[in-house]
Amino acid sequence: MSQPMNQPMSQYSVTHADFTITRVYDAAPARVYAAFADAEAKRRWFYCHPEWQVEHDLDFRPGGRETVRTGPGVGNDGGSTGSGGTVHLCEALYHDTVPGQRIVWSYAMHLDARRISVSLVTVQFEAEGHGRTRLTFTEQGAYLDGWTDVAGREEGTRIGLDNLAQDLRRQQAA
Amino acid sequence: MQTATPTPQISAPQITALDHTLLALADPTRRAILQRLCDQGGEARVTDLAVPFAMSLNAVSKHIRLLERADLVRRRKQGREHLLSFNPAPLTQAERWIAERKAMWERRLDALGDFLNATKPEQEGKAP
Repeated sequence: MSQPMNQPMSQYSVTHADFTITRVYDAAPARVYAAFADAEAKRRWFYCHPEWQVEHDLDFRPGGRETVRTGPGVGNDGGSTGSGGTVHLCEALYHDTVPGQRIVWSYAMHLDARRISVSLVTVQFEAEGHGRTRLTFTEQGAYLDGWTDVAGREEGTRIGLDNLAQDLRRQQAA
Repeated sequence: MQTATPTPQISAPQITALDHTLLALADPTRRAILQRLCDQGGEARVTDLAVPFAMSLNAVSKHIRLLERADLVRRRKQGREHLLSFNPAPLTQAERWIAERKAMWERRLDALGDFLNATKPEQEGKAP
């Protein structure tokens, strides 16, 4: 995706960040792991917008790829070309898959033609006893400039400016 | 906006940009100008934008300049016209975006918990 030539160089920004989420599930590690490894199972929990149609391919093994293509226009009439609305595309590459232990993959997120982030994800599974599993999800990402325009296009008109000002004041005070 | 920000924490250069943003948003007239520009969705001429405000064009222009300094408003010349547009970037800080990403994964992992409960086999979950 090339930027318009008149855009200043400062348009190109990168923010590095990582976050961790921990969950304990009442299920054995093998079953939690399978919910990531099996495409049918993954479809039951992975999609954030159930109202959108999804094109999903999963080749779960080291070196295997996964594509999730969704958005309000995907699957309507135009098939994979979509019609209207932002297309959300996630392209993942699996690096390490150890059953019941860990999964490591990288993924790039695109909104339409804009690459908005490239991330490394590590999911670790630990047996907690009583058939439970502690799952630790870590994402280390490079968040790119492209998202601002898209986020602005989709949400800009709905922004409550007063709330936002308060939000920013809190950030500054922190 | 900085070309590279090492962490989502607010570093010194960002506070400067944030100060401009806060100052621009601190005034109700400027918020109203921004909201009007935002509602219009595209570009607007300075003169059209100024219509509903009970103040001189000069006074409105001063407010717009402060919004431009905060990069909340962009100006483009087309012939003799100055066209203004709303730029949401300073309002949608990277931290906000990363927080949304984390929230997305939290929703997913909660949904995974629901899925695991819904598909629980008879034998599982009992003490070994």
